[in-house]
Amino acid sequence: MRDKQIEDLKDYKYGFSTDIESIKAPKGLNEDVIKFISNIKKEPKWLLDWRLKAFERLKVLKEPDWQKPKYPKIDYQDLYYYSAPKSFNDKPKSLDELDPKLLETYKKLGIPLQEQKRLNGIAVDAVFDSVSVATTFKETLTKQGIIFCSISEAVQEHPELVKKYLGTVIPLTDHFFATLNSAVFTDGSFVYIPPGVRCPMELSTYFRINASDTGQFERTLIIADKGSYVSYLEGCTAPMRDENQLHAANVELIALEDAEIKYSTVQNWYPGDKDGKGGIYNFVTKRGLCKGNNSKISWTQVETGSAITWKYPSCILKGDNSIGEFYSIAITNNHQKADTGTKMIHLGKNTKSKIISKGISAGYSDMTYRGLVDISPNATNSNNFTQCDSLLMGNKCGAHTVPYIKNKNSDSNIAHEATTSKISEEQLHYCQQRGLNAEEAVGLIVNGFCKEVLQQLPMEFAVEAQKLVGISLEGSVG
Amino acid sequence: MLKISNLSAKIDNKSILQDFKLEINPGEVHAIMGPNGSGKSTLSNILSGKKGYEVTGEVMFENNDLFSLETEERAHKGIFLAFQYPLEIPGVNTNVFLKTSLNAIKKARGEKELDAIQFLKLVKEKAKELKFDEEKLGRQLNVGFSGGEKKKNEILQMSILNPKLSILDETDSGLDIDALKTVADGVNALRKKNNSFLIITHYQRLLEYIKPDFVHVLMNGKIIKSGGPELALELEEKGYEKIN
Repeated sequence: MRDKQIEDLKDYKYGFSTDIESIKAPKGLNEDVIKFISNIKKEPKWLLDWRLKAFERLKVLKEPDWQKPKYPKIDYQDLYYYSAPKSFNDKPKSLDELDPKLLETYKKLGIPLQEQKRLNGIAVDAVFDSVSVATTFKETLTKQGIIFCSISEAVQEHPELVKKYLGTVIPLTDHFFATLNSAVFTDGSFVYIPPGVRCPMELSTYFRINASDTGQFERTLIIADKGSYVSYLEGCTAPMRDENQLHAANVELIALEDAEIKYSTVQNWYPGDKDGKGGIYNFVTKRGLCKGNNSKISWTQVETGSAITWKYPSCILKGDNSIGEFYSIAITNNHQKADTGTKMIHLGKNTKSKIISKGISAGYSDMTYRGLVDISPNATNSNNFTQCDSLLMGNKCGAHTVPYIKNKNSDSNIAHEATTSKISEEQLHYCQQRGLNAEEAVGLIVNGFCKEVLQQLPMEFAVEAQKLVGISLEGSVG
Repeated sequence: MLKISNLSAKIDNKSILQDFKLEINPGEVHAIMGPNGSGKSTLSNILSGKKGYEVTGEVMFENNDLFSLETEERAHKGIFLAFQYPLEIPGVNTNVFLKTSLNAIKKARGEKELDAIQFLKLVKEKAKELKFDEEKLGRQLNVGFSGGEKKKNEILQMSILNPKLSILDETDSGLDIDALKTVADGVNALRKKNNSFLIITHYQRLLEYIKPDFVHVLMNGKIIKSGGPELALELEEKGYEKIN
């Protein structure tokens, strides 16, 4: 068994699972399960009502099917919607009271939760299956009035803020997966940066799916008040399991006047094995609202994991002079599939958006960039620049670019550039002649291809992401 | 050091090299001259490990059967090819590429890898020797470099990697006289250390600056004549057709 685990870890080093007793809601999706979740989290009535309203809506919504990657029908009644380590029933008051097995899990993942071990000044909120495990550096942040905690805690401690902003960017009625999340979301992170405050450290959330047959429905809400700034990161991993697991998160960002939010994702959910068995369905709704004038939201994503990645982190540029950015690297190998991109909705005057997308497909995988740039009649003097580059490895994979462009304002400009290329035999030979093996050569060339996006990541994570880019493509050169 | 015996090569069933023989000893400089299509580039491709050729015969490098080694293993053993058409790698900084290459080779040999500071010191020193514009080291590898700059970059890499055997594949073509001298300086500096060279060229011009020990004339995949440096001059005078 041990040998097997070690063997497996070579392919996906986060593939272990932790044997922890957990409390689960009964399998299935119904009002009782929603009440169970709301009850166990001691939620106020308004939130339960909100969840039930979403559930009512869900009954009439159809699962979308316009995406390129198809998947077998998901039996929503055969999933657990809540799973929490048993020791959490009496919530630990400090890290010392945490189940040592949990701490061990995070240590293996390279995320020591013990504050004294945090040398690099990154505050972490760790979400294990359905619950938030620990938030570090809380005190330092509290001094500046910054709130960084799990969303369950925010519901208890800061209900006014949650009530004011929850669902204002992704409405209850939005679409099937977003509405499903609204009905059954379990935990996630909450961030509030007060006016004029520049958050002194990177805030980071680490998501981990552990239990089997479990969906993870996390909900993240970030509010940057007037003139504030925050940089937020999320990382994700899951054990290797033969069945597909659903991850349907909602992330809402709100930037008020003169505020800026930088949101970075390094997504490395289990991608399935070489034959395409197992892996996470990563169906996530991420949306940012540049609510105030001169506000800015910037998404950076490095998507290397998951069997299917299906997401469009978007910006609604409502405030005048607001800016939206989307930097993306998506890598698919073996039988992975991705349909990802962004939506930039220009509503305010002088709004600007920039989209840089780098897609790399290898093996038998299939990659689609899908993006919408929509400039409304009132968004005078606005502009968008889009660049979509695809890199193909081998001749069994696919790359597609589907841009939707709507410009309803004659003073505004949209520019779209796209390229598709292959790593040439000559480039590989050149690198190998200089002493690099085939995989190192591919890693180098691909990192060069992705450079513009990697540069957007905070330093510590750029290094991590660079390695990940190399690892994800291992075995893709014959 | 390098011994090529009965080497024949085909690509798409077309015969390019036939019964090719050559032996290079440590410290020797061999020039191979030949007209277009005589098989010069095929020779450098095969020695460096490029795939796609159907090959028979034997090539020994020191005590290794070259054909049992991967391209990068040949580089680790000390074979360097200055490409006729150096490749562009967008997004990869020239310094980063050079350091990655040097350390990959050092690692394979069990030597200590250089850290960023040690590397920068070395690269600056070599760039200065070769009058290579340092600013270019911060740019993407060969992207936007002129033909001459690309070739000089190959020679810079050669002098940093300090290979036992360097193969220069038409490095001189398209170079102005200053660049040509730079290339020759790079070669001559390494030559002092008993390193060997195989210089593939059309013209005698480069050989005015790098005096070869041997000159071979390659035609239709075979060496038809070998001699000393005077053979290059004779070729220049008579042309390839009449030399036979």
